Amino acid sequence: MSTNGTSTSGSNKIQRRPFVAELLKRRGNTLVVPGLGSPTWDTFASGDSPEYLYSWGGMGLAVPTALGIALAQPSRRVLALTGDGEMLMGIGSLAVVADQNPQNLAILVLDNEHFGETGRQSGLTGNKVDLTAVARGFGIERTIVVTEQGKVGELAEFLFQGQGPALAVAKIALSEDPWRLPEKDGGIIAHRFRVALGVERA
Amino acid sequence: MAFSEHWSSDVFREMKARNIRTVCTIPDGGLTQLLNMVKADPAHRLVTLTTEEEGIGIATGCWLGGERAMIAMQSSGVGNCINALGLPAAFRAPCLMLVTMRGQWGEFNPWQVPMGQGTRPALEAMGVRCFPVDKAAEVGETFAAAADLAFHGRLSAAVLISQRVIGAKGFGQK
Repeated sequence: MSTNGTSTSGSNKIQRRPFVAELLKRRGNTLVVPGLGSPTWDTFASGDSPEYLYSWGGMGLAVPTALGIALAQPSRRVLALTGDGEMLMGIGSLAVVADQNPQNLAILVLDNEHFGETGRQSGLTGNKVDLTAVARGFGIERTIVVTEQGKVGELAEFLFQGQGPALAVAKIALSEDPWRLPEKDGGIIAHRFRVALGVERA
Repeated sequence: MAFSEHWSSDVFREMKARNIRTVCTIPDGGLTQLLNMVKADPAHRLVTLTTEEEGIGIATGCWLGGERAMIAMQSSGVGNCINALGLPAAFRAPCLMLVTMRGQWGEFNPWQVPMGQGTRPALEAMGVRCFPVDKAAEVGETFAAAADLAFHGRLSAAVLISQRVIGAKGFGQK
């Protein structure tokens, strides 16, 4: 729990593992760029795909990396799947996303209001920080906050079908999930991703 | 190399020859001409950043998606990129940086000197191959050499253009 008074994490109910799994079932051929730590474990726990660009480092870079892919692959939809800590570290990248205005990029912040991977220290989104308001302030007009497990279908439609850059926040429980560790050789992850896109030979 | 009006034209020509489409940047005075050429050419894309490290992620993403990109910045911005440089290294992705130096030749502003002195050691500490150049006529070929190393070798490379080429900003003082 956050120590700064009005944390909402106690009321966060969404369970990240089944939620991400249900969401990714609906992704179609969307490319997924999970940030380091739990979003990468969640993604791999839902099943493996060469279209998942797993990350083991570079905190703050999930959105910029996804933006680069979205710019280079305008016919493919791209999802940056990150957490509240990483999103805040790279918060300025939302201004760059708004400025570039890629029609095929969506961002989902799995917000448990804590630094889950490093020992569950409280973060900054449990009290005053409103990520969707920040995103709108930067010029990302499509935003949504999801607080219920049952809204996954609605969220999938928002992320995978709408036009224009979009940012969703899912208020998730501070859960303890087993590590699910995918390939960590970045050369292999990049190779299979590029082969899947047809920009590199197998 | 033939004389041309400004080194920026040489760099832009080498960029086009290599299909380097996207330039991510926090601008510097010395980059003005090049950035204007990129912005004016519909075959190219200018990505304005809030901090230089975003450019490392975006350029890596562009390459993952099958395009070539680079990052252009002032030397002070190199300090913002340090941890991010681990990303292309981990992916074995190319990373090409064009850096205009401050804090060295005739610097007026002492606040620029520490990062100016630290630029090359910091880049090399992160495994980036540095290509310093202090003559305007050699910028184009140096850029081409760094670009080829980066994109063919899937390595990180930085062209460091000396303040001697750019000229020091004197704020009207002697």
